[in-house]
Amino acid sequence: MTTTPTSRLVDLISRYEEELLHDWLQEQRIGAGRGGGLSSEEEIKRESREFLALLRAALSDGGAETLEGASWGSVRDYLSALSRSRARAGFSPSETAMFVFSLKQPLFARLSQELADDLAALPDAIWDVNALLDRLGLLTTEEHQRGREAVIRQQQRDLIELSTPVVKLWEGVLAVPLIGTLDSERTQVVMESLLERIVETNSTMAIIDITGVSTVDTLVAQHLLKTVAAARLMGADCIISGIRPQIAQTIVHLGLTLSEVTTKATMADAIAVALERAGLHISSIGES
Amino acid sequence: MEGERIPILKMGEVLLVTIQVDMHDRLAMRLQDDLTERIVKDRARGVLIDISSLEVVDSFIGRMLANTAAMARVLDAETVVVGMRPAVAITLVELGLSLPDIRTALNVEQGMDLLTADGNGRLGHGSRRL
Repeated sequence: MTTTPTSRLVDLISRYEEELLHDWLQEQRIGAGRGGGLSSEEEIKRESREFLALLRAALSDGGAETLEGASWGSVRDYLSALSRSRARAGFSPSETAMFVFSLKQPLFARLSQELADDLAALPDAIWDVNALLDRLGLLTTEEHQRGREAVIRQQQRDLIELSTPVVKLWEGVLAVPLIGTLDSERTQVVMESLLERIVETNSTMAIIDITGVSTVDTLVAQHLLKTVAAARLMGADCIISGIRPQIAQTIVHLGLTLSEVTTKATMADAIAVALERAGLHISSIGES
Repeated sequence: MEGERIPILKMGEVLLVTIQVDMHDRLAMRLQDDLTERIVKDRARGVLIDISSLEVVDSFIGRMLANTAAMARVLDAETVVVGMRPAVAITLVELGLSLPDIRTALNVEQGMDLLTADGNGRLGHGSRRL
């Protein structure tokens, strides 16, 4: 009976599963000792056991040549899910990769024990295992990074949504306090949420406050005018407020015209105008 | 298809047009014809175009709205477009059609207020001018 390196590995994992698992967990515990250990003991144990079973199944099905084959699909999926969940839980890339790399030591030990009387075959066998685990380790790093990127993208989306609240000031009067930089993506979100709210609340006035907008250039002004034009098409008037002296100067220097829009220096002035147009006025109690 | 028309309702001195089907170009042109004819025939002072059911617009429809308003103005009737959806408004602005000469309102009620406040005030009550 000829034993290929792969079948030997499968055989090895089947026979020494418990021992391998024990050694591997010990290795992981040493690694976790350095990194802080974010997963519980049982969880690591369960994950290790499941991964080892999947690895054995993939090895007996498809061999160790490439990870792209269909037989490795479940291993790849399992590692991807594991890496991503660890990325979200705050593991570092090396801590994540350690999950796979720490399997080397136990496997090498078993292999040298197994091939004690065939020392010529030992380097090749170790090399095969090494190459396989390296590829799997790289996969975890890649997936870890992808997981992190997904987190960043999610946060970006959250930030955009959080930073564009549409506030109802009074019956028929909305306000949008803009903060930060105004790029086309933000403008799109602001425009959409403002227009949706105009319909929802049946508002005829909207105050766009740009106190928190750090710079106004031609592009930003264009974005603002687009928003105003879209609101007007729906039947609501916009007031732009919170124009700082510096920004007023920039607007004039750039040759921008905001003439078709009502502009006010402060939000307070804008509110007064909006209420007046709605047929309301504010007075102190003594006066009435 | 041949006989398809958008109905024009008369309410006092105001003509009410509710667009509830997808506007294709021929239908838009026919509406323009019908509307100008009715403004003259009914001696209307105002035109209210409700586009709250309109989900898709293109530059042609946008221009048609602008032209219709301009034609009505020549015939001494004020046009108010009401109920434009957010997506439609964004599309028109992106197309560069901000329709500066058209008056707009959120819904038929407010549009009617706008028109009757302009006229002789026969129907008007507690109106607001923007």
